[in-house]
Amino acid sequence: MKQKFDIIQSTCIPLPLENVDTDQIIPARFLKATTRDEKFFGDNLFRDWRFDKDGNPKTDFVFNQPDFCQAPAEGVHQVLVAGKNFGSGSSREHAAWAIAGYGFRVVISSFFADIHKNNELNNFVLPVVVSEDFLTELFATIKDDPMAQVKVDVPAQVVTNLTTGRSESFEINGYKKYCLLNALDDIDYLLEQKAKIEAFESGR
Amino acid sequence: MNTLFDKIWDSHVVSLIEDGPTQLYIDRLYCHEVTSPQAFDGLRSRGIKCLRPEKIFCMPDHNTPTHDQDKPIEDPVSKKQVDTLERNAAEFGLAHFGMMNPKNGIIHVVGPERGLSLPGMTIVCGDSHTSTHGAMGAVAFGIGTSEVEMVLASQCILQQKPKSMRISVEGKLGKGVTAKDVALYIMSKLTTSGATGYFVEYAGSTVRSLSMEGRLTLCNLSIEMGARGGFIAPDETTFEYIKGREYAPAGEDWDKAVEYWKTLKSGEDAVFDREVAFDAADIAPMITYGTNPGMGMAIDGTIPEDTAQKSLDYMGFEAGQSLIGMPIDYVFLGACTNGRIEDFRAFASMVKGRRKVDNVTAWLVPGSWMVKEQIEAEGLDKVLSDAGFAIRQPGCSACLAMNDDKVPAGKYAVSTSNRNFEGRQGPGARTLLCSPLVAAAAAVTGVITDPRTLMD
Repeated sequence: MKQKFDIIQSTCIPLPLENVDTDQIIPARFLKATTRDEKFFGDNLFRDWRFDKDGNPKTDFVFNQPDFCQAPAEGVHQVLVAGKNFGSGSSREHAAWAIAGYGFRVVISSFFADIHKNNELNNFVLPVVVSEDFLTELFATIKDDPMAQVKVDVPAQVVTNLTTGRSESFEINGYKKYCLLNALDDIDYLLEQKAKIEAFESGR
Repeated sequence: MNTLFDKIWDSHVVSLIEDGPTQLYIDRLYCHEVTSPQAFDGLRSRGIKCLRPEKIFCMPDHNTPTHDQDKPIEDPVSKKQVDTLERNAAEFGLAHFGMMNPKNGIIHVVGPERGLSLPGMTIVCGDSHTSTHGAMGAVAFGIGTSEVEMVLASQCILQQKPKSMRISVEGKLGKGVTAKDVALYIMSKLTTSGATGYFVEYAGSTVRSLSMEGRLTLCNLSIEMGARGGFIAPDETTFEYIKGREYAPAGEDWDKAVEYWKTLKSGEDAVFDREVAFDAADIAPMITYGTNPGMGMAIDGTIPEDTAQKSLDYMGFEAGQSLIGMPIDYVFLGACTNGRIEDFRAFASMVKGRRKVDNVTAWLVPGSWMVKEQIEAEGLDKVLSDAGFAIRQPGCSACLAMNDDKVPAGKYAVSTSNRNFEGRQGPGARTLLCSPLVAAAAAVTGVITDPRTLMD
């Protein structure tokens, strides 16, 4: 939930697939919850890729492989690295809750679907857009060394592949950056705007 | 510059945050049971009410069973979610069209048909297919639950202004080609992310010639090419459709509204960030072969050689394969994409005088009670039942299988819905997206069939 961002340095979990849609991130049958129980959603992140129909882990899925099965913790697997067009399809915010609930703080990709990107930001998961080259190199780095780390410096807006030293700056607008650094959300902001809203309404 | 999108968006800007998003005023918020409970919880935990409850309409659609809606929902988890929406609507003073209410149905079918979604409006809902309402000449887009909470609390949303894109389609559609085929064709050209970051205006003679039902289908699928939304400038077809609907302006207000709506078009000098054009003559009845809606082809085509192996494995297909003649198991007519009266007319026209194949399970699910009544008023129910089809009760149904309408693992479903993602219609289910005509042709032959071969 609301948590301040600063510098995150961590190993990653790679998911080198393109067009990962939110139905895969959290299948529809898990959307029936009426509370924002991040543990529940996190437990069911990529449910049908992670588990077979009897609930047994599928060993060919990266989250279940020995190098990547450790649950995220400080410095460990806090970053998901995904192929382009991550989070396409359904607007379900449950997908962002699942990603946050699993323990990811950052998702790195070369391209995010619009709604999902907003949903991540609204849940204090940072979508970091990098170039195709950076992404390809990062996948290769992790393949060579599953313990490879990235550094995501939010104040400086720079992401670094610590194995190769390659850095890139990433976009985030000043307003959102302020929110992330200070753990403020958009509703906190909007609730202070009542006078402006009423002025707009009376001017129509 | 000077696009219709600019006009509508700019007239709803409450404020611009320096180096940040726009504070945008929202005219209409729709809430369904799946993406709203946590937003209402948020209001409660902050101790606040809805700022403009009269602009908000709630209805359950995702979990609703498509039979016996007069009885309690059997699945306790679904029931709880549906009941929670009703309780939240009552607590916050919002209109609620519950199950069995004659106004109930899929939100994206009900909004336009009740005159709740109007030209020039900003419309949002915690549902990516909110783009549907763009057919009314509105800026309509899907949002997440945190954003639903923003609108509940402040009638505003913070949003970056998307770029603008015009997709023009010119010419007359060929035999058996519908709005759904136009959308699947555009997606197959642009891919599932081709319009990400953009808001799309559909234009051109083909688009103009579409009925409102066709336009709603086209705009519905905007999100499937990544666009935040898609809309069509309102015209006489739009005004004719809206006039006399329950929540539409009437009397003097109607005249004033139409006068304003007539100004809602992009200027001759409008500049779009991107323009794409297609020729209607190139579009055939379409079908998808893969696991995202951009993976579509002409029904008589062959699966492209460069198709991702993961998709082929899931679908049980091979590159280079034709799908014509392939046996199918399920047919689904419905969803916010194709659950309107015109879709049932098309389906009925194809099955009239024919018979559903015994080993095909067909789910025909109207988008709303109003659509169901119209089906009966036009006698289509008789045509369909003579051909071996039953009409179910309205809801999202097998589009995403949150109710009991699930396609079993490994089975092939020919569906008029909007997504063929892995597991979308049930874990392991294999979905082929298409128009109501293609779905009907499959239902009466039991195999993938080019509908043109069954038409006079």
